Formats: sequence, C-alpha cells, structure tokens
Amino acid sequence: MALSRLSLRSNRFLQPSTTTAALPSSLRRHVSTDTTPITIETAVPFESHLCDAPSRSVETSSSEILSFFRDMARMRRMEIAADSLYKSKLIRGFCHLYDGQEALAVGMEAAITRKDAIITSYRDHCTFLGRGGELVDAFSELMGRKRGCSNGKGGSMHFYKKDACFYGGHGIVGAQIPLGCGLAFAQKYSKEEFVTFTLYGDGAANQGQLFEALNIAALWDLPAILVCENNHYGMGTATWRSAKSPAYFKRGDYVPGLKVDGMDALAVKQACKFAKEHALKNGPIVLEMDTYRYHGHSMSDPGSTYRTRDEVSGVRQVRDPIERVRKLLLSHDIATEKELKDMEKEVRKEVDDAVAQAKESPVPEPSELFTNMYVKDCGVESFGADRKELKVTLA
Amino acid sequence: MAAIIHGAGAGAATALTTFHSKKLVARSRTNLPGRSKRCIVAAGSDDGSKSFGSSSSLSLRHSHKLIPNNAVATKADTSATTGHELLLFEALQEGLEEEMDRDPHVCVMGEDVGHYGGSYKVTKGLADKFGDLRVLDTPICENAFTGMGIGAAMTGLRPVIEGMNMGFLLLAFNQISNNCGMLHYTSGGQFTIPVVIRGPGGVGRQLGAEHSQRLESYFQSIPGIQMVACSTPYNAKGLMKAAIRSENPVILFEHVLLYNLKEKIPDEEYICNLEEAEMVRPGEHITILTYSRMRYHVMQAAKTLVNKGYDPEVIDIRSLKPFDLYTIGNSVKKTHRVLIVEECMRTGGIGASLTAAINENFHDYLDAPVMCLSSQDVPTPYAGTLEEWTVVQPAQIVTAVEQLCQ
Repeated sequence: MALSRLSLRSNRFLQPSTTTAALPSSLRRHVSTDTTPITIETAVPFESHLCDAPSRSVETSSSEILSFFRDMARMRRMEIAADSLYKSKLIRGFCHLYDGQEALAVGMEAAITRKDAIITSYRDHCTFLGRGGELVDAFSELMGRKRGCSNGKGGSMHFYKKDACFYGGHGIVGAQIPLGCGLAFAQKYSKEEFVTFTLYGDGAANQGQLFEALNIAALWDLPAILVCENNHYGMGTATWRSAKSPAYFKRGDYVPGLKVDGMDALAVKQACKFAKEHALKNGPIVLEMDTYRYHGHSMSDPGSTYRTRDEVSGVRQVRDPIERVRKLLLSHDIATEKELKDMEKEVRKEVDDAVAQAKESPVPEPSELFTNMYVKDCGVESFGADRKELKVTLA
Repeated sequence: MAAIIHGAGAGAATALTTFHSKKLVARSRTNLPGRSKRCIVAAGSDDGSKSFGSSSSLSLRHSHKLIPNNAVATKADTSATTGHELLLFEALQEGLEEEMDRDPHVCVMGEDVGHYGGSYKVTKGLADKFGDLRVLDTPICENAFTGMGIGAAMTGLRPVIEGMNMGFLLLAFNQISNNCGMLHYTSGGQFTIPVVIRGPGGVGRQLGAEHSQRLESYFQSIPGIQMVACSTPYNAKGLMKAAIRSENPVILFEHVLLYNLKEKIPDEEYICNLEEAEMVRPGEHITILTYSRMRYHVMQAAKTLVNKGYDPEVIDIRSLKPFDLYTIGNSVKKTHRVLIVEECMRTGGIGASLTAAINENFHDYLDAPVMCLSSQDVPTPYAGTLEEWTVVQPAQIVTAVEQLCQ
C-alpha cells in the first residue's frame, strides 16, 4: 500500500536532462585545458522563496565540465569500492554512501574557494574528496588505519580536513547545523569575506536546532548557507511521511531559499555562487538540493524496503549526474566516448591503487588510544578520572 | 540572591559568627602535640574584612575560644597592604575582562550576558567595553548557541559560553558531549576546542528542582573535557583565566550561593592550575575532600571538630575531571581516613567516582572505608526545611568524622 503510493510519486524524480545540438567536428575544442567560457542552460528552473532566482544560464568552460566528470567518476568509484570493502568486512560500523549525489559535492566546490568552510553530516566521503582529500586517506580512515585522515580514530562519519576548511563529518543528525553557524560567526568575527556551507539532510530538516540556528544566523546576518540535501528519504522514511511541509527551501520562513536540481552539477554551481554572494551581503539563505542516493541510507539498509527498484533505476537512467555531464561533453564535442571511457578507467585504477595502499597501511598503535584526548596543556597529560595509564606515584 | 557571607571558615547556609581579625592568634605550633611543623600560615588581614582563605590562624588545642582554621597553604601570601577586595562574581568578571583584553579571540556568548550584564552580573560592563560581537546576547536556544560556540572554537576563537543556570545546559548535552568533548579526538587532533562553558549550578535558596541541578555528575564521563569548580574569589579568578587560556574544553562550575563571597585577592596577575586541588586546612586525623559550596559546610564542621579535638585535613579538590590524585593520595597516605563531602546526588556523583578512584589507587593506605556524604537522590524540593535536608549539613559532617575516627 505504501509502496504503491510511492510509485505514483516516483515519477516526480524523473526530470528530463539537457539536450543541446552537437558541434560539427571541425570546431571541436581541445579537451581538458580549454577555459573558454561556455554557457549552458540548466534543465530545471530554480524555485525561489523571498529572493530572485539566479539565471538559468551557467557560465562554465570545457575544462571545468571535464573536471566535473573526472571528479564525479572518482567519487562514484570510491563509493562503489567502499561498498565492496564493507561487504568484505574491511570497513565496519556505519558506512553512508553518497553515490548519486556527487553533483552536489563537485558543483559546490566549483563555486567556492578552499577558505570557505563546509560542514556536513555523516555522508561525508565525497565532500572530503571534493575538498582536496586524498583517496588513500579516505580509505585508510574507513578501514581504521593510522594513515587515515583522522588517524583511524574517527571512522566513516568523522572525516575532517582542517587546512581545506572542511569541518566534517558528524554522526548526530542535525548537530552540525549549530556548528556551522559557529563557523559563520567566526568568519564574521574575523571580518574575512568567506562563507560557510552547512549541509544537512531532509531528515535533519525537522530538527529544532536547525530553526534555532536559522534564527541566530538571520538575527546576526551570519554568512551561513544552509544546504538541505534532499534525497527524499530520511533513512526509511520518505519526506511526505516526515514533514508536514516538504518544501524545505521555504521552511526558513524569513530566510530566503532556493530550490535547485541537485543532480545537475552546473545548477548546483550556479546556486552556490548565488548563495555565496547573497550570504556575504544579506545574511543566511537556505538551498534545497533535489538529489537522490542510489544506495540505502547506509550499508546495513538495502534501500529497497521503502522504495521500488524501478524508482532507483529510473532515476539512474534519467537523472544520473555523471551521465548528464557525459552527454554534455559528448554533445559539445569536448571529448569523445573513448576519451571518457579512458578517463573512467584511469579513475578506477586510481581508486584501486588507493585501496591497495590503504589495505597495506598499519593500524594505530595501542598508545594511540590515549593521544589527542587533551591538548597537552599546562604540563599535564591525563586520561580520565583516575589517570589509569600513569599510576600515581606518591612522595 | 546569594547570601552575603561574613566571617571566615563558615558555611554559606546558616547564620555565621562574625570574624574578628583581632582574635587571630599567631602561629606558634610548638605546643601542639603530634603535629609536624609543615603547616603554613597565610598572613592575616588587619582591616577586619572577612576573608576566606587569606587569613587564619592555627588552632590551639587548649584554647577554649573558637578559632577558625582555614590556612590556604598553596596560595601566595597576600599581605595586608597589597591586593584588593572583591566579591566572587567580580573576581570572575575581572578574570574574564583581563583575558578578553589580552586576547581578541576571547568572546562571551549566552543569554542576557551583554546589555543586561549577566543574570549574576559576571559579565557586567563587558558589552559596553568590548561590543556586541564579543559579548553576544543569544536567543534562548542552548543547543544552538553552545554548538555555535563550539563551531567557532574549531576555527580558533575562544568562546566563553554561559549557561544562565547550569541545568539549562542539559539541552546542549549533545553538543557538549559529542562535539565539544570528542572533536579533538575524532578529528585525529586537527581541531582543538578551546571553549569555556560556565554557569551557576548547585542547590540554591528554594529555587526548585529544575533550577538546582548539579551537572558535574552528568558531565563527568564525557571524555575530552576538563571540569573545575571554583569556591573562592581567589580561585574563581584564577580558574577562569586558566580555563580561557587552556586549549582544552573546560567546564567551570560556579555555585549560585557563592557569588557574593568577599575576599582580598592579589593585584598582580595570577592563574590557578586547572588540575590541582587546594589544601584548605592541613591536618592529621582525616582527609575531607570537598568542592564548591560544601567547602564552607566542611569548614564550619571543622570548627566544631577542632573543638572536639579532631584535626581534619580539608582539601578543596577543585578539579573535578581529572582528579588531582597526587594531592589526594599524599593526604590519604598521611591520614589513612577519607571523607568525601559533595553536593552531587549519591548515585553517580563526583563522590562516587572519587571513592572508586581512591579505593583503586590508595587502598593500601586506608584504615577505614571511604565515606561519602552526598545529597539525597531526590529532586530538590521547594520547602526550605526539606531543601536543607537534601544537602549535607555541618552536623552530619561532624558525625561522620567522629564515626570514621573511632
């Protein structure tokens, strides 16, 4: 009964992709280094709330679109590799995969700098990669090795990269939203012209702390951009079953909002660029990214009990972000089929090498259990109420 | 709303005897049997102002006069001519102001801390001096503004987050536990969270159950945080400054009833060690471990005990996480008996952890089981008499010492 209702609604996930005429081969541009601006129209218009939507024409270049393809392919392969590593029990615990949502990570990166901050939830592998994280660091962290980005002590849900202003990586749904406002507050405090992108999901959109944070951000004009990655399911609960008002971009009420096709990397780029300009001038804005995840909520969720396989494969056929960019590249004659396939092969090898390297890397030492508990400050290191590691020696 | 306290060595709850500095007896100890010569006497103050911990004398066994004993052995000598007198909340404010002057990254956030001056006046005048961005009035959203402070700390700011009452911070427990305590560890050391979370807690004057919480018992198992409790203007300022300068997240527990304590503190800059306990009164017979407001109940009981011929050693543990097992251990080694007097509830309180830690580490030195006096496991009632019975009173402390020292 619930599922039949789902199939009625699933066709709204299927949106047509962009179609443009192919260029004659004599005018074919050289791949990868060409930065001549191209303008692409997004397939889906932006929907706005309390603001003027940005234009649908996105300024980009062939090198940028190619980099989208490569980065998204890398992210996709990484998530697939993580899937098989989890099934072979090399990754344990929770593993939340991002495949299907890659356009968000790459589109956002294209619009901002590494000094703008990003903070997200536990579905953070691809965001980490987008911020310049290394594949081998990601895999090492997933497998609990010392080489991992958090020294193996964080795990899948705790990827961080301080030098790229990537603040993680948080396991509790919605708890990163006030943190994100804090990042924005610090940016305002230091008077630097940077913004914070605080990502959360459609499930977290019902958390009280979101609205507390929105109030604070709007009250003090913090340069915070709250991005709702609406993949339509909060674990097993569809948005229509959890939210009275699933128009997440409007739920900011007094905060302007924008609804974006999150499977279109160029639309994401345009929206993020617009949001950054807005946030620096007018304070917070809510972006709702309409996106989709192919895997279940996590590796322990098959993802098929609350949605049909047809829905998933339907989205994969019609809206897949990588296929979209591939069609774009082919139709604009930026690359040939073979070149793209070769690129995918290279990326696959990159990922396989990283996995192999991560598999070889050592696990943390036992003494690492107690490192980074406290900053060694005022000369004392301590490990708990009774300082078990160092028994007290009396005079 | 806190009681103005006059007289040294007295508990905060009941009427106190006034303290006359002229009755200070000088420090000769040679006529006291069984005492070593190690005790230190801090200089007394001549101007008759009441001071906790800055002046005292040692008890003379054969004297029939009730002379309070509260030598603060580890504190710097404060002479009568230098130093200035202030109340505890002013000491906190002074510490905060000095640190804000010193480091532009220090900022304050909380409800009514700015224009209102703080509900206990700890942040009075700071908003005028430093501006609205550095002394931030937040809306009533503990979860969000605590999280905000922690997020800001990840970038290098040093927020001092005030909970108007410690009990309200229960709403921010997730942020304090998962993000504040654990981020340094789960990020592999990339981020430090130099926040100070402070606020008044403890049982006050008929404030009701929800406003009389003792959160140190809930927070004590959060890994990665440090907890300190201040009890005198001297250590309040010192601990505030140390907490702000520390790179680790520190929770500073103040007590609603101690804000109006008056003491003379040094003019020159000083900080207190976050992890050190304070020797309030050296002794030989029994070690009494306490913190925050119970220190005053203990000292009042100590007066009675001294009259009865006991010589308690009173230590204000100050550092609730981690425990200063070095000071505590040396004391246990000397006296062989331990009494813990705390305001936490019996179940799962600081006393419970401390009992376990002492038993585990110093079992060989104990002549009697560790006794722990805590508040009753009840919500704090409104009625004054009932409220008095929930917390430990000096008479119970005296009885417990007599029991332990048999």
